[in-house]
Amino acid sequence: MSSDGTAAAAADRPTSSGAEVLLRKKEPLPDADPSGPGSPRRSISASSPKASRKGPSLWMLAPAVAFFAAFGLVPLLGTVVLSFCDWNGLGSPTFSGLDNWTSVLKDGSTYHALWLTVLMCVGTFVVQFPISLLLGVFMAGQQRYRAVMSVLYFLPLLFSAAAIGIAFKNLLDPNFGVSNALHLGLLQQDWLGSPTLAFWVIIAVVSWCFIPFHSLLYQAGARQIPKSLYEAAQLDGAGRVRCFFSITLPQLKYTMVTSTTLMIVGALTAFDLIYVMTNGGPGDATRILPVDMYLDGFKSNQMGVASVVAVILIGLALSFALLLNKLSGSDRMESQMEGM
Amino acid sequence: MAQASVARPRMRKRQRPNVVGGLLGFFWLVLIIGPIYYVVITSLKDQADYYSSNALGIPTNPTLRAYRIVLQNDFLHYFINSLIVAVVTVAVVVAISLMASYVIVRRSSRIVHLSQRVFLLGIAIPIQATIVPVYYLIVQLHLYDTLPALILPGIAFAIPITVLILVNYLRDIPNELYDSMHADGASDWRTFISLVLPLSKPAITTVAIYDALNCWNGFLFPLILTQSEDKRTLPLSLWSYQGEFNSDIPAVLAAIVLSCLPILAAYIIGRRQLVAGLTAGFGK
Repeated sequence: MSSDGTAAAAADRPTSSGAEVLLRKKEPLPDADPSGPGSPRRSISASSPKASRKGPSLWMLAPAVAFFAAFGLVPLLGTVVLSFCDWNGLGSPTFSGLDNWTSVLKDGSTYHALWLTVLMCVGTFVVQFPISLLLGVFMAGQQRYRAVMSVLYFLPLLFSAAAIGIAFKNLLDPNFGVSNALHLGLLQQDWLGSPTLAFWVIIAVVSWCFIPFHSLLYQAGARQIPKSLYEAAQLDGAGRVRCFFSITLPQLKYTMVTSTTLMIVGALTAFDLIYVMTNGGPGDATRILPVDMYLDGFKSNQMGVASVVAVILIGLALSFALLLNKLSGSDRMESQMEGM
Repeated sequence: MAQASVARPRMRKRQRPNVVGGLLGFFWLVLIIGPIYYVVITSLKDQADYYSSNALGIPTNPTLRAYRIVLQNDFLHYFINSLIVAVVTVAVVVAISLMASYVIVRRSSRIVHLSQRVFLLGIAIPIQATIVPVYYLIVQLHLYDTLPALILPGIAFAIPITVLILVNYLRDIPNELYDSMHADGASDWRTFISLVLPLSKPAITTVAIYDALNCWNGFLFPLILTQSEDKRTLPLSLWSYQGEFNSDIPAVLAAIVLSCLPILAAYIIGRRQLVAGLTAGFGK
């Protein structure tokens, strides 16, 4: 992009040389010498601004990068480091080699948590995907009543997980909740007290929380499908169902990838709801990895073990995200950021 | 979109109304409204009424007793804590993310690309998985059990998505505008203040609402990084009310209603922006 090869190369090197370029820029510029090496910025008046300018100072990028590095990247690496350390949450961590890893990998409860996590991802996906898709397409319609409904559909997004968790916990209370209100045998269950039921209840509540968000994505996606496609299909005599499968679904491909990625990451991190509703119980029936991590670390004071679980969690999330990107045949996330 | 429908005068109006869709939509509406209805009506019951009446029935003698109890139990204090954390976090996040987005959109170099990739990584990895080192860091910085302990990581973890949304928006500012600012000899800051900032106001609003929502509802950081009652934020207070009010369920649910009111107010005022902000980063 820059005509000045050396200066561009210098600026493209990591921070130190980039900073040099920046510092140089701050110097007073007596008489501009457009042809001089390393002075692409000085040629402002001489040639067209676009070709000569590199854009705003990197210092404006620095605060965001610094913040994210300090409290995002460093902790990310710290998780890996701490997974090889022994630390009880007080004092300082000591190196302990593979101890945490062997104890975690030998422990059957880890596999149980892993299995529950995968089940949670699959379960929430199976519930959320069709509902979000249909709801999103439904909301994309221009009818007035759908607009009114959309306003209400969106409500769960406004509430905190803690609020939702506590509300459902009481709503599902076997004695004073919905069980006794409707006098339906089917509803008279100890929803969160039964190990088999609790897990499915969690999936339902997670879906209740996140379907509005995903249906919003699908709504936005569906609204971008050119109307002419439907008109052409209708002229050809295609019905509503046919239109849905032949036009809407293929056109929503990218939305599906984005939404599915977020669904899975969301399920992997569904900590607060579960913590509030069941705290991993009854027994360990809802102890998925993030809950396991929290309980290991902050209740059993085994931060090293918690870090191992965290690393597994990060690995899972990243491989899911990469897999989906691969499957979709396009690097969706990146293509959004590039192409400038 | 509007043009298209005008240009093609109803060739063949949409077939019959979609009855099945409407019914399913209505069914979903009941599922959404049901729990909300339950929380509101129960918060208006007194304790005896709660135990004796039908859970989904309208309170026989509605009372604000539960709300009084909540307000007498430091609710406003927790509210102000939440407010401080949210306002500071959002202000800083938006300011530094907008600066970063300006650089990302207007400058092309390896450092810039690398930063973008790092931010994208931040979106893909579950932030929760980094809490142990975050806790360590906060303890080392002697910030444990302070409001900054909630603000600093909150800022960091909001940056990736905020940058993504702002970058998508800033892309639409025509290059000519920057170029003419530049031709007039405006500095980076000048351009930032008098071009980028005013032009990106809509995006700033949406993203600020989005970040504020996340921050306001955050549960994990307060749970792990604070301890004393004094530093409690709203979501955590809901959790602790549950224990404190032993089985005064109407009071617990009243606290939920109160904690949701500000967000609900924001939703009523700026619904369009909120909705737009939520999808801006992802859907197209």
